[in-house]
Amino acid sequence: MERVPITVTVNGRTYTAEVEPRLLLVHFIRDVLNLTGTHIGCDTTSCGACTVIWNGRPVKSCTVFAVQADGTEILTVEGLERDGQLHPVQEGFWEEHGLQCGYCTPGMMMTAVALLAENPDPTEEEIRAAISGNLCRCTGYVNIVKAIQYAARKMRESATAGVGGA
Amino acid sequence: MIPGPFRYRRVSSVEEAVSLLAQLGSDAKVLSGGQSLIPMMKFRLAEPNYVIDINRVPGLDFLEERDGLLRIGALVRESTLERSPLIRERYPILHDTALVIADPLVRNLATVGGNLAHGDPANDHPATMLALRAQVVAKGPKGERVIPIDEFFVDTFVTALEPDELLTEIRIPVSPPRSGGAYLKFERKVGDYAIAAAAAFLALDESGHIVQAGIGLTNLAYKPLRATAAEQVLIGQPPSDELFREAAERAAQATDPVSDLRGPADYKRAVARTMVFRALRRALERAQANG
Amino acid sequence: MTATAVRGIGVPVKRKEDPRFIRGKGTYVDDVKLPGMLYMDIVRSPYAHARIKRIDVSKARAMPGVIDVITGEELAKANLAWMPTLMGDRQMVLPTERVVYYAQEVAAVIATDRYIAADAVLAVEVEYEPLPPVLDPFEALKPDAPPVRPDRDQKTNHIWHWEAGDKEKTDRIFQEAEVVVAQDLYIPRIHVASIETCGCVANYDPATDKLTIWMTSQAPHAHRTVFSLVTGIPEHKIRVISPDIGGGFGGKVPVYPGYVIATYATLKHKKPIKWIEDRSENLQADSFARDYHIHAELAANRDGKIRALRVKVLADHGAFDAAANPSRFPAGLFSVCTGSYDMEAAHVEVDGVYTTKPPGGVAYRCSFRVTEAVHTIERMVDILADELGMDPAEIRFKNFIQPHQFPYKSPTGWEYDSGNYPAALQKALDMIGYQELRREQAERRARGELMGIGISTFTEIVGAGPSHTFDILGIKMFDSAEIRVHPTGAVIVRIGVQTQGQGHETTFAQIVAEELGIPVEYITVEHGDTDTAPYGLGTYASRSTPTAGAATAVAARKIREKARLIAAHLLEVSPDDLEWKDYAFRVKGAPDRYKTMQEIAFAAYTNFPLGLEPGLEAECYYDPPNLTFPFGAYVCVVDIDRGTGQVKIREFLAVDDCGTIINPMIVEGQIHGGLTMGMAPALFEEIVYDENGTMLTGTFMDYLLPTAVETPHWKTAKTVTPSPHHPLGAKGVGESPTIGAPPAIVNAVVDALSHLGVRHIDIPITPAKLYRILQEKGVAE
Repeated sequence: MERVPITVTVNGRTYTAEVEPRLLLVHFIRDVLNLTGTHIGCDTTSCGACTVIWNGRPVKSCTVFAVQADGTEILTVEGLERDGQLHPVQEGFWEEHGLQCGYCTPGMMMTAVALLAENPDPTEEEIRAAISGNLCRCTGYVNIVKAIQYAARKMRESATAGVGGA
Repeated sequence: MIPGPFRYRRVSSVEEAVSLLAQLGSDAKVLSGGQSLIPMMKFRLAEPNYVIDINRVPGLDFLEERDGLLRIGALVRESTLERSPLIRERYPILHDTALVIADPLVRNLATVGGNLAHGDPANDHPATMLALRAQVVAKGPKGERVIPIDEFFVDTFVTALEPDELLTEIRIPVSPPRSGGAYLKFERKVGDYAIAAAAAFLALDESGHIVQAGIGLTNLAYKPLRATAAEQVLIGQPPSDELFREAAERAAQATDPVSDLRGPADYKRAVARTMVFRALRRALERAQANG
Repeated sequence: MTATAVRGIGVPVKRKEDPRFIRGKGTYVDDVKLPGMLYMDIVRSPYAHARIKRIDVSKARAMPGVIDVITGEELAKANLAWMPTLMGDRQMVLPTERVVYYAQEVAAVIATDRYIAADAVLAVEVEYEPLPPVLDPFEALKPDAPPVRPDRDQKTNHIWHWEAGDKEKTDRIFQEAEVVVAQDLYIPRIHVASIETCGCVANYDPATDKLTIWMTSQAPHAHRTVFSLVTGIPEHKIRVISPDIGGGFGGKVPVYPGYVIATYATLKHKKPIKWIEDRSENLQADSFARDYHIHAELAANRDGKIRALRVKVLADHGAFDAAANPSRFPAGLFSVCTGSYDMEAAHVEVDGVYTTKPPGGVAYRCSFRVTEAVHTIERMVDILADELGMDPAEIRFKNFIQPHQFPYKSPTGWEYDSGNYPAALQKALDMIGYQELRREQAERRARGELMGIGISTFTEIVGAGPSHTFDILGIKMFDSAEIRVHPTGAVIVRIGVQTQGQGHETTFAQIVAEELGIPVEYITVEHGDTDTAPYGLGTYASRSTPTAGAATAVAARKIREKARLIAAHLLEVSPDDLEWKDYAFRVKGAPDRYKTMQEIAFAAYTNFPLGLEPGLEAECYYDPPNLTFPFGAYVCVVDIDRGTGQVKIREFLAVDDCGTIINPMIVEGQIHGGLTMGMAPALFEEIVYDENGTMLTGTFMDYLLPTAVETPHWKTAKTVTPSPHHPLGAKGVGESPTIGAPPAIVNAVVDALSHLGVRHIDIPITPAKLYRILQEKGVAE
C-alpha cells in the first residue's frame, strides 16, 4: 500500500506525515492532526460541517484528498482565535446566538470568515447564498445571518478605526 | 464514505498528464476539482487504480478574450467564473450557469473543464456550451484537436475524449452585438441537480429579428441536449412571447427525461418548457440591452 | 444583589456553553480518542426482507488490521441477538435467520482503523434468499400478508390497538350532525437527520471492571438501565456519558443495535471500540418519524360550531415497535388531536402495524405524535371552513376553548393547564395585517395569480409526565436536579436531562440564579454523566423545562428554606421575621438588614446554627402533577409559481406562548429551528421506498434538508400565559414550531387554490405534486 509524504501548514504550524492517497483531508485534520473542531456530517458533500479554508478559499474537506494539500495552507476553526482574542465571527456567533448544538458551527464560521474577507458588507441575501453549502438543523439560520452581520459590522469598524488612528 | 485504495500521481504539465493517461488508460482517472470524482469514489462507484492530479499544472486557468474567442482554461474554477467581471458583463449566461452549480463551497474547487469532461447530462455547463456553440480543445499523444460541442457529448458519462486525452480549454465565439443569453435552472433546493434547466442564446439583426438561436437543456435526456427544432422556430423571426412559447413547446417535446424523485417525466417536460420560455425572454432582454 | 447582577429568569444571557463550541473544542462522540481504540463498521442488508442463508466472514477476517467479525450467531450464544425495545417489543441486534428492513445490521467488523473497517465490510459475503417485502400497512393487515415477525406468538402484522375518547357519544353526534366533513391524510416518514450522526465509544476496563460508554444519547440514565438489563452488568458498573451532542430531535433516544454490538465487542476484546455511523446508515437504518395513515372526520353545526371529532389511524411502525412512547400510549399523545377547540366529544383509534422497514415512530422534534395530531385537527378545521364558506380565522375564534374554561378537560381526557388562544390569534392577525392580505389575495386572484394565507392555532402537550399515567419501560417520567452551593457562593447543578443544543447549561443556571440570588456566572450546570448526574429520563418531547426545570426550582427553594434558617442565625432574628426580597433575606420592616446567599453559603460551612446540618445543598426528583400546554398562532403567506409548481413562503409569523420565558434569546432560537423543521416536511423531506423496499432517499442528495436560501426569515412574537402548576410557570417550547408550522403552510397552499375546488394536499407539497394539481385545475403555465 502506497504511502505519500506530505507537508501541510495548518493554522500556521507545519506538519509532515506519510498518508495513504485515499485519506480524506477531513480525516487527516481530525485523526492525524487531532484537530477535532472540523466535523463530518454527511457522505455526499452536502452538509459543509467539514468546511476549512484552503489556500484562502472555503472548501469541503471531506471531498479533498490529504495528498492534494501537500505544500499548502489550511485554516481551521482552531486557528481563528489569535493570542486569546476571538475572531469577530466567533464573537458574532456567541453574541447573536448563532449556534445551538455547535456541530455545524465550525464549518459555518469558516465560510463566514471567507465571505467577509471578500465582501465586508454583505446583504442578507448574499449571506444566505454564501452559507447555502452549510446545513444547520438547529438554528433555522436567522441568528447565523445576524451573527455574520455582527461580525461584518465589527470588522468594518475596526478597519475604519485602524485608518488614521492614533 | 471511505474510498477504495489507489495510487496517486501529481503531474506538473499537460504532457506528463497525457503520457500517464496513454500508459494507464482506463486504470486512471483525472482529478481536477474532484467534486464529482471524489464523491463517486467515496461510494466506490468509481474505483480507479490511479488518480492523476492535474491541479498544479500551470497555464490551464486562463480566462480571456483573444482572437474572437472567449477562452476558458480547463482548470478555471466555477467560483472564478462567478466573480469575473468579464464574464458578468459580457457573458452573463456563463455567470448564470456558474451561480447554480452545486453550492458556493463546491464551486471553489469544481472546474469548468471537469463539468464538461464528466459527461453528465445533469451538469450545468454542457447546456450553456451547446447554446453558445462552444468548442472543446483536447490534447493527446498525437497533439491537439478541437472538438465542436455538438460532437462532444456522446452518451451518458461518455464524451468524445479519448482515454489518453486531456481537456485543456473551452472556446466560445465572442458574442456579437445585439446578443444575449441566460441560463435558468429549477432545482428542488440549492445544491441539487436540475429538475429542468435551459440555456438560451439569441442574436438579433439590425431590424431586431433573430439571426442566431441556441437552446441547450440540462438533465432532460441521456446526454446534454441541444433543442435544434426549437432553435429553427426562432431563426428569422421577430421575437415575441408567442414565438417563445412555441419554441419552448418544441424544446420540451425534444426532451426525454427519466421519471425519478425529482418528478415524473411529463412534469419535467413541463418545467423544461417553462425554463426555456423564461430563459428566452431573459436572453432577449439582454440582447436588446446590448444593441 | 440586583436583578441585573443576578441575570436570572427573563434575561437573554449569552450562552455559557458557547466558548468551547466557537473554538471547535466541543467533545462530540467522534472526538473521543482512547489508547488502543478499535473501530467498528457494520455490514448491512441490501434487501428489505430476506432469509440469510450464509455469512462468510473468512475474507474479512483475513485482512490485515481486522481484529474480529461479529455475527448474530455469536451474539445469540451470549443471549444478545435480540434486545428489548422501549415499547416492550423486542428488536434484533444482529439477525440469525432473517433480515426485516433494507440496511438492517447484519454483521459488524472490528479493525484497527476506520478505513480498514470500511474495506472489511465489503469483504464480508452474505448469501440472501429474498422474501416478499411488506411495505403497505393496509396490505400488511390482510390475512395472506407475509408475517414480518414470525418470532412473535401472534403471527399477524398487527401490533396493538389503542383507543381514547367516547365512541358511543361521538358516533351519536356524527349521526345527528348538520354537517360532516371527512378527509384522508397521510403524513409520510421523515428522518431527524441531525448534523451529527449516531455513534458510541464503548470501553470496558478490566482493571476497574467498569464499562464506560460515550454515546449520542438523549437519555443517558434510561440507556444505562437498558444496557444493564440487556447485558446483566449491574448499573454501578456501567457509566454512560453523553458528551456534547450534535442535535438529537428524538433520533438519539432509541438504543440502536450499533451501541449494543460495540458494547459486546468491548467486553469481548477489552479494548475501546468506536462506532460512528455515516450519513447513509443514519438515514437508512435509524429511527424515523411519522408514517401515519389518518382518516379524520369533523361533525359540526351549520353555523360552524364543531361538535365532535372522529379519527382512525394506521401507524406504520416498521419491523419492530421501537418508538419511545410512554408505555400506556403506544400512539403517544395523539389523542390531543381535539386541539385548541372546545367540542362535545371525540373518539380516536390507532392501530400499529409491522412492515419491513426500519423501526421507529419516535423523533423528528415531536416524540409523542403531537405533530400528527395537530396536523389532523388544523387541516380538518380548514376543511370545515371551506365546506361552510367560512373564513379560517373566523371559524377558529368561534370554536376556541376560552380563557375562562381553563383548566380544561378535553374529550379525550387531557387537562389543559392554561391558555389564551383568542389573544394569540388576534395578535398574529394584527401583526401580519390579515385583512390587508385578504384584499391583496382577491386582487391577485383576479389577475390569475395564486397567493395563499394559512393559519394554524395549535396546542402542544409536553413535559411527560405525571407518574400516575406515564412510564417508559416501567420507569416513571419524573426528572431531577441536585444543587450544591459551595462556601464561596459558587454553585454546581446537576440535572437528569440532556441537552443537544437547547442551552441547558445556561437556562438551568438562570433558574438557580433567580431562585438563589446568585449571579448566573457563578453557577455551573452539569449533566450527561450517569455516574454523577441524578437519575432522569432525558431530553425529548420538550420535557426538560417542565420536569427538570421544575425540579431545579424546587431544589433551589429547598436550599432557600435552609438558607432562611442560617440567615436568621446570622441576623439574630427568628426565621419568621425574614422575607426573601430582592435576592436577599431581609428583616421585615428593616430591609437594610439582610444577608445575601453568598454570605449565607459561607456561613453554611463556618457559622451555622447548632443542630442544623452543615452544608447547603438539596435535590429534587420532580413528579409533575400534569403536562404543560404551550400553544401558538401561526400565519403563513405563500405564492405559487404556476410554471413550476414551486411554493414560495413570502412571510411567516409565529406567535408562541410557552408560559414563563427563562431566556428569551434561547427561546427565539428554538422557534427559528423548530419552524425550519416544520417547513422541511411540509415542502421538502420524505423517506421514499421503491417496490422492493429499498430506500431511495438514503443520502442528503435526495433527502432534502433546507439551506439558508430555502428558509425564510422567520418572524416571531409571543404571548405569555404561565402554567399554573409549574413552579416557574414555564411550559417548554422546542417542539411547538415543528408542530404548528406544517399545517400553517399546507393551509396556505390549499387556500391559494381553494377557489379552484382544492381542499387538501398531503405533505410534502413538492413542486411536482403541486404542478399536477395546477394542471388538473387548468391553471398550470
